[in-house]
Amino acid sequence: MAGTNAQIGTASAATKGQRRAMLAEFWYYFSQNRGAVIGLYVFVAIVIIAVLAPLIAPHSPSLQNRGSFLVPPVWETGGDWRFLLGTDAVGRDILSRLIYGARFSLFIGAVVVTLSVSIGVIIGLIAGYFRGWVDTVITRVMDIILAFPSLLLALVLVAILGPGLLNAMIAIALVLQPHFVRLTRAAVMSEKTRDYVTAARVAGAGNIRLMFRTILPNCLAPLIVQATLSFSSAILDAAALGFLGMGAQPPTPEWGTMLAEAREFILRAWWVVTFPGIAILVTVLAINLMGDGLRDALDPKLKRS
Amino acid sequence: MLRFLISRLALLIPTFIGVSIISFAFIRLLPGDPILLLAGERGLSPERYQQLRELYGFDQPLVVQYFDYLVNLLQGDFGTSIVTKRPVLEEFLTLFPATLELSFCAIIVATVIGVPAGVLAAIRRGSWLDQSVMGTALVGYSMPIFWWGLLLIILFSGILQWTPVSGRISLIYFFPTTTGFMLIDSLLSGQSGAFKSAASHLILPTVVLATIPLAVIARQTRSAMLEVLGEDYVRTARAKGLSPYRVVGLHALRNAMIPVITTIGLQVGVLMAGAILTETIFSWPGIGKWMVDSVFKRDYAVVQGGLLLIAAIIMLVNLIVDLLYGLINPRIRH
Repeated sequence: MAGTNAQIGTASAATKGQRRAMLAEFWYYFSQNRGAVIGLYVFVAIVIIAVLAPLIAPHSPSLQNRGSFLVPPVWETGGDWRFLLGTDAVGRDILSRLIYGARFSLFIGAVVVTLSVSIGVIIGLIAGYFRGWVDTVITRVMDIILAFPSLLLALVLVAILGPGLLNAMIAIALVLQPHFVRLTRAAVMSEKTRDYVTAARVAGAGNIRLMFRTILPNCLAPLIVQATLSFSSAILDAAALGFLGMGAQPPTPEWGTMLAEAREFILRAWWVVTFPGIAILVTVLAINLMGDGLRDALDPKLKRS
Repeated sequence: MLRFLISRLALLIPTFIGVSIISFAFIRLLPGDPILLLAGERGLSPERYQQLRELYGFDQPLVVQYFDYLVNLLQGDFGTSIVTKRPVLEEFLTLFPATLELSFCAIIVATVIGVPAGVLAAIRRGSWLDQSVMGTALVGYSMPIFWWGLLLIILFSGILQWTPVSGRISLIYFFPTTTGFMLIDSLLSGQSGAFKSAASHLILPTVVLATIPLAVIARQTRSAMLEVLGEDYVRTARAKGLSPYRVVGLHALRNAMIPVITTIGLQVGVLMAGAILTETIFSWPGIGKWMVDSVFKRDYAVVQGGLLLIAAIIMLVNLIVDLLYGLINPRIRH
C-alpha cells in the first residue's frame, strides 16, 4: 500500500517536473521576442489599472464638474492640475473615465473570448470528431457566417437584440466563433488518426473522454494564439460598435462610446478624441504583441528554423 | 480549369441559400411589427393593417414567404426601401460605385506600399529596417480605424486645412454621373479643379481604409518571402551567380506572391467592414454608410437586401481569388 502511494507520488512529481520544464521552455521562447515581453508588461499594467480603478482614479468617472467644461490637459495653456488629461464637454475628468474604461475593455475581451472559445471548440470538436453530415452542416453554417463582414453582421445582430454592452458582446462572440470552429475541426481531424487516440479508444475510452481529454489538449497551441488575437478583435469591434452608438450606451465610460460622444468636438478639443483612441490602440497593440510572441513560442515549425 | 470552376460554383450555392435564409430571418427576428413600423407614428386602421399584411405576404406561412422572397431575388427584386420607397437594388447600384472607388484606391495603396515593405523586411531580416517595418505594421493592424480617421481629420482638415472633412467632391462642381467613379467623372466633365477636388476628398478615407489591409499585406509578404528565400531553388539561383535583384525579383517574389494574392483577395471582407466605419466618419455616400443609416432608421428591407448583396459580393470576390489561385498555382488545380 505504502509502495503504491510512493509510486503515485513519484509519478505525479515527474509530471509536475515535466510541466515545469515545458513552462520553462515556453518562457524561453516567449522571452526571446522582446515585443512580446513588452506587450505582456503593458497588458499586466492595464489589468492592474482596471482592478485598482476606484483607488487610482482621481475623480468619479461620471462626476460632472460644473464650470470645468472642455478643460485642456495640464501641459496646455488653461490646463488644470485637478484634471491631468482635461475634461470632456460635460466636465467629466477624462483620465478617470479612461481608467474605468480599462475595466470595460478587459471585461469585454474576457467575456467574448470565453463565449466564442467555448462554443467554437465544442462545435469544432463535434464536427472534426464525428465527420459525416454533422460536419457538413456545421462547416456550411460557419461558411455562411464568414460570408458577411463581421462588423456588419455584429451591427445588425445588435440592432435585433437591442443596443447595449451585453448584446454587443454576444454579437461579437457569435461572429468570432467560426474561427475557433475551423481551427478546432482541422486540428481534431489531424489528431484523430494518431496512434495514441486509437490506443485510448482500444483501452475503452468513450467519445466524450476521447474528444475532451485525449484529443483536445493536443490541439491547444493554435487555439491559444487565436484566442489572444480574438481578445484584441473583441475590444476593437466593441469599441467600433460603441462608436456607432450600438455598443455600451452613454454615460458608460467605454472607450468607443467616449469617442462617439467626443466626435462633435474634434475640431475644438483634440484631447477629448485623442486619449480614448490611444487607450484602445495601446491595449490592442499590447495584446497583439503578446499574440505574436505566443505564436513563436507555441509553433514548433517556427522554433526549428 | 472548367471542372475546377464548376466545383467551386457548386460549393457556393448552398452558402448563398444560407445567406439568403439568414438575411430573410433577420427581418422576422427584429423587434416590432414591420407593418406598424412602416406606418410610423400615424398608426393604421385595422382594415388597412390587414390589407398591408396581405400585400407584403406577412399572412402567409414563413416557408411560403421565404420561397416568394427567393423567387423575387432570382428575378433581381431585392425589395423596396421602407423609407425612400425606391427598390433596394437601385439604391445599392447608385451607392456602390462610391464604395468601390474608395475600396479600389485603398487596396492599391495597401498593395503598392505593403508588398515592397514586406519584401524589404524579409531581405533585411532582423535589421532595424525589418523591425521598424514590422513594428509599424503591427501598430496599423491594431489601429481602431474610426479613431485614426478622426485623428487625420484633426490634423489635415483642422490644423493644416489641406483636405476637406467630408463628402466626395466640393459642392461647387456639378456634372452628370457617367461611370459613378468621381475621379473619372470629374476628369470627363472637363471642369478645371474638379479632379483635384475629388482627389482631395478621396485621400483621407483611402488612407484610413488602407491601414489594416496594408499592415496585413506587409506581414504576409514578409513571412511568404522568408519561407521562399529558404528554399533550395533560391539557393541554386544564388549559387549560379545571379544578381540579388534577379534572385529576389524573379525567383523568390513570384513564388511568394501566391499566398500574398490570396491575402489581398481576402481583404475584401475587411474592406467592407472598414467601409462601414470609414464612410460614417467621412460622410462618404457609399453602401457602408447606407447600411449603418438603414440600421438606425430601422429600414429593414434595406438591411435585408443590403446584407445579401454585400455577402454575395464577398463570395464572388473569394471565388475569383480561388480561380486566380488555381491559375497561378497549377499544383492545386487538380
